[in-house]
Amino acid sequence: MHVIELVQIEKHFQGQAVVHPLSLSIKEGEFLTLLGPSGCGKTTILRMIAGFEQPTEGQVLLAGQNVTDVPANKRDLNLVFQHYALFPHMTVEDNIAFGLKMKKMPRQLIKERVDEAVTMTQLTPLRERFPHQLSGGQQQRVAIARAIANKPKVLLLDEPLGALDLQLRKNLQSELKHLQRTLGITFVYVTHDQEEAMMLSDRIVIMNHGRVEQIGTPREIYARPQTLFAATFVGENNVFSSPEGLFAVRPEKLVPQRESGAKKSGVIEDVQYLGSVHKLLVQLDNEPMKVTIALDISDDRPWEVGERVGVNWSTKDEVIIGP
Amino acid sequence: MRKSRFLLTPVLLWLSLFLIVPMLIVVGISFLSRDSLGNIVFSFSLEGYKTFFDPLYLGIYWDTLVLSLLTTVICLLVSYPLAYYIANASPRIQTWGLILITVPFWINFLIRTYAWVLLLRTQGVVNSLLLWVGWIDEPIQMLYTYGAVLLGMVYNFIPFMVLPIYVALEQMDKRLLDAASDLGASRWKAFRHITLPQSKSGIMTGAVLVYVSTSGMFVVTDILGGAKSSMISNIIQSQFLGARNWPFGAALSVIFVATSLVLILLFNRAMQARHQRVGEGR
Repeated sequence: MHVIELVQIEKHFQGQAVVHPLSLSIKEGEFLTLLGPSGCGKTTILRMIAGFEQPTEGQVLLAGQNVTDVPANKRDLNLVFQHYALFPHMTVEDNIAFGLKMKKMPRQLIKERVDEAVTMTQLTPLRERFPHQLSGGQQQRVAIARAIANKPKVLLLDEPLGALDLQLRKNLQSELKHLQRTLGITFVYVTHDQEEAMMLSDRIVIMNHGRVEQIGTPREIYARPQTLFAATFVGENNVFSSPEGLFAVRPEKLVPQRESGAKKSGVIEDVQYLGSVHKLLVQLDNEPMKVTIALDISDDRPWEVGERVGVNWSTKDEVIIGP
Repeated sequence: MRKSRFLLTPVLLWLSLFLIVPMLIVVGISFLSRDSLGNIVFSFSLEGYKTFFDPLYLGIYWDTLVLSLLTTVICLLVSYPLAYYIANASPRIQTWGLILITVPFWINFLIRTYAWVLLLRTQGVVNSLLLWVGWIDEPIQMLYTYGAVLLGMVYNFIPFMVLPIYVALEQMDKRLLDAASDLGASRWKAFRHITLPQSKSGIMTGAVLVYVSTSGMFVVTDILGGAKSSMISNIIQSQFLGARNWPFGAALSVIFVATSLVLILLFNRAMQARHQRVGEGR
């Protein structure tokens, strides 16, 4: 059963296509991420699903129903906004209760739902506070609580962790994942952070310039990127050209060797020690490009900057990414 | 923090020299008496306050309150939609809207008010026009009526209401409306629960500005109201200048300022109370 279906939707702003024709089906209970650099159209897609933007062409189906012309306030889904958009003149509690009050829910039920939402997001001691009295992470929690209190079929999240610092983001990522599993709600998540996308998602849609580059599980996308953009946007990659076309080899699949017979050779330009891995940056001979080789902890050979080295890999690790 | 306090010195000096000290002098005078020539005599008296309770003055006091409040309410009703429109328009229209609102200030206040005399008098533009169209058979008495005074007040003080409301609306985060809509609020409910509370500070500022300016205004009453209608400020003016009864004028001033302060406080309180109940409503 598909909760959301986008049928050939496209969006133009002033004659400019920001989203090229796109079809996408999102399964019930799925954690789907729209991943791409800023301006790739991912937020526009989210806003079309939410009902804030009308697609120029195509249809949006929600649980099988065509909702293309249904306004945002009548769609059974909720959006967690990028900058939270909490109501500054309302307490945490009133913010969370807002959607339920709009639905004219009985008072008792509202109380239960709010209690449930604050408990789940660990906001119980902050119920009476106003948004400006909260830290960024706490505001983020309120934004999520306000959305899930409505028990929507689908929760849309627009870069929800974008404004937070790294440590907090890591914590909230696992909380989000946990929340999604517990609630069993479908999450449609927008981010430009590929690591975040890999960690959270069941499926990732990679977007660039308003087009879908690839749709797949994190594993598929990492191991089998289909386009140059997908290959280089998610994780580090080395792209080579051959008469047959472009192919990519991940840094951990490259092997440095001092013996002759390697596919390429070059000079080590930098050695980066990162703890669990160390990386060699090699400037190839007769080619403008540099490659990165990642070596795991088991490699204890000393590598020197300026040293000549061969770069080898096995053909099965080549991933064809284009003509 | 401490160091920057000296920046307040000029304004504090200014306020104490030209506002607080004169106010204290006025309060002092209101408790003194005067001799037959109008000179102030340094002996304690409540004569000024007693005179206030003359039905004539009580009536004027009441009229002033009603006129000022009415002006404030009408200004609010006219200005809010206008401010809302400008705040939500394109940047170009916003600039032009604001210019058009401030244009009247480029012309002297008296001239603007006298212009209304030309429009409203018996042989004035409005009457001539209505006669010409044939809607009336003889000129209507518009000038020197309560309505003319009200019109003049509203006309003069609309910008005082529009500008603060505009600022409040313009500064509001428009994404809040998306959020409200996402949570199921119709446009009206989003306005009622989000926009309106968010523009409260503007409404408060505007209302206080208009109320205080209207209630202290005597020129408009003089020019458009003629001799018939007086406001408390006309009386105060005449007590200080014409009648030379300073203690009475001072007493009226004190009562008047006190009334304004109490009203503003009550108004503030009412707005605060609303604040607490936001989101509870229908």
